[in-house]
Amino acid sequence: MSLDEEEIYQEHVLDHYEDPYHRGTCVAATHADDGKNPLCGDIVRYELAIGDDGKIREIYFEGTGCCISQASASMLAEQMDGKTVDDISAFEASEMLEMFGARLTPNRQKCCLLPWRVLKSAVFSPLDGSDEDHVTERPAGPNLGEES
Amino acid sequence: MVTSSDTPTALNVDSLRADFPILGQMVHGDRPLSFLDNAASTQRPRQVIDAMSRVYEHDYANVHRGIHVLSERSTDLYEQARETVRQFVGARSVEEILFTSGTTASINLVARSWGDANLTAGDEILLTEMEHHSNLVPWQQLAERTGAVLRHIPITDDGHLELDSLDELLTERTKLLAVASVSNVLGTVNPIAELAQRAHAVGALVLVDAAQSVPHQVTDVEDLGVDFLAFSGHKMLGPSGVGVLYGRRELLEAMPPFLGGGSMIDEVFLDRFTPAELPNKFEAGTPPIVPVIGLAAAIDYLSGVSLPAIAAYESMLTNHAFDVLGAIDGLTILGPTADQRAGIVTFVLNGIHAHDVAQVVDRHGVAVRAGHHCTQPLHERLGHVATTRASFYLYNTREEIDRLGDAIHAVQKIFRRR
Repeated sequence: MSLDEEEIYQEHVLDHYEDPYHRGTCVAATHADDGKNPLCGDIVRYELAIGDDGKIREIYFEGTGCCISQASASMLAEQMDGKTVDDISAFEASEMLEMFGARLTPNRQKCCLLPWRVLKSAVFSPLDGSDEDHVTERPAGPNLGEES
Repeated sequence: MVTSSDTPTALNVDSLRADFPILGQMVHGDRPLSFLDNAASTQRPRQVIDAMSRVYEHDYANVHRGIHVLSERSTDLYEQARETVRQFVGARSVEEILFTSGTTASINLVARSWGDANLTAGDEILLTEMEHHSNLVPWQQLAERTGAVLRHIPITDDGHLELDSLDELLTERTKLLAVASVSNVLGTVNPIAELAQRAHAVGALVLVDAAQSVPHQVTDVEDLGVDFLAFSGHKMLGPSGVGVLYGRRELLEAMPPFLGGGSMIDEVFLDRFTPAELPNKFEAGTPPIVPVIGLAAAIDYLSGVSLPAIAAYESMLTNHAFDVLGAIDGLTILGPTADQRAGIVTFVLNGIHAHDVAQVVDRHGVAVRAGHHCTQPLHERLGHVATTRASFYLYNTREEIDRLGDAIHAVQKIFRRR
């Protein structure tokens, strides 16, 4: 592999992609949400068990899509396990991109930020019959798949 | 530049490539650029760039109005371009050639003007499962406005239209068949003349999205027997921002103007107007003057090289791509066999997302497209969310396809490390 490719597909990115942190379902989930980027076909769902104190007791994700979106989802799950709802709310896009590490073009930043958006929405999407209508906004950015 | 020849394989690609300044560059350091994204948009030869610069430097003014020398020159060049296009697609008269901003605008023009005036609830529009969004959404919008019903010709697993279904799908309710001449994903070459005949037999009109065929093969609207035909300049060595709608004269004459404004009028009063004659009736406002002139230069270039020679050369490249890509484990090419398609090869790699493929391949200097290529329903039908597409034109080489093959091996190496 050339050094060029390592810029994006760094060891730690591929590690998360191939051996993700907490990919699966959360049996004790209290909150969950999913989102997708229809243009890429990336799909991410987070399921969380959140304590009364706002602490993330368990966090799992599921999804399909490109390496960037799925590795990001895994990194974010690992990062936020044990943190609080406030921590997640305060976590900014720039921090997400920084955590991902590899430099991403604007097109691919959208893939990286999909899990970030879904998780921010998930912590306010309780599963206990509350019918809060949470719609995850589509990530902004150029239409990667749009052309002819 | 290569001159036309009866021998289809007579393309001198090295000399052709010298006409395209953009192709000679290195990217990502020391990687020669291999531009295999021509179905999205092509590059332009010096001849087209120069023709456009020349207008800006010597001849530019608005067309059809000024009583001064520059306006006359620009108008002449603009109207000469219409004649160039007319000859290129075999239309009977220049009144049948309308300049638009592209294929999408051309199709929308028909949907808005002809569609709104002629369709009512229960009428049917027949499309196919392989259409580009630009030949789906305008009809969906028309159906929404009029109550017309959309139906779709299904495709076979190997990417051909299910022609057997036409007996059931084409009825006296069918008012329009809108179909791509060549699939922008599968490369499938659809039997337009046969489809047009069958559609006309039930009284339906036929619109062809010819964005992927006009640049690559000889088009004759009279031989095909179609009523409307749409294509874009930027997919045929011309500039972006210009496209063409061919329409049969009697149809265009009966259609109401779509966009209103300057140029498309004969007389205007405070409360009403009378429309201009064809083709001005459908060219409201200042048209894309210089892009139109650039498109004519592109057509001159393509005609000089010879479209049959280009088609034969692309066929050779497609065969080579099938050899190279077909030999890669875990790679599946979608659509028909090499001898039944245009120079478009779309594929999936086992377990690797198309965007990851395109990203790594790009680092090797090879430009391909990844995504759904504006055909979400087709991808749904094929069972893929995203695919990778290599598409060829007259300036591509076998070596570039070999580089794509090498780059795909590199992709597999990254994602199969352990």
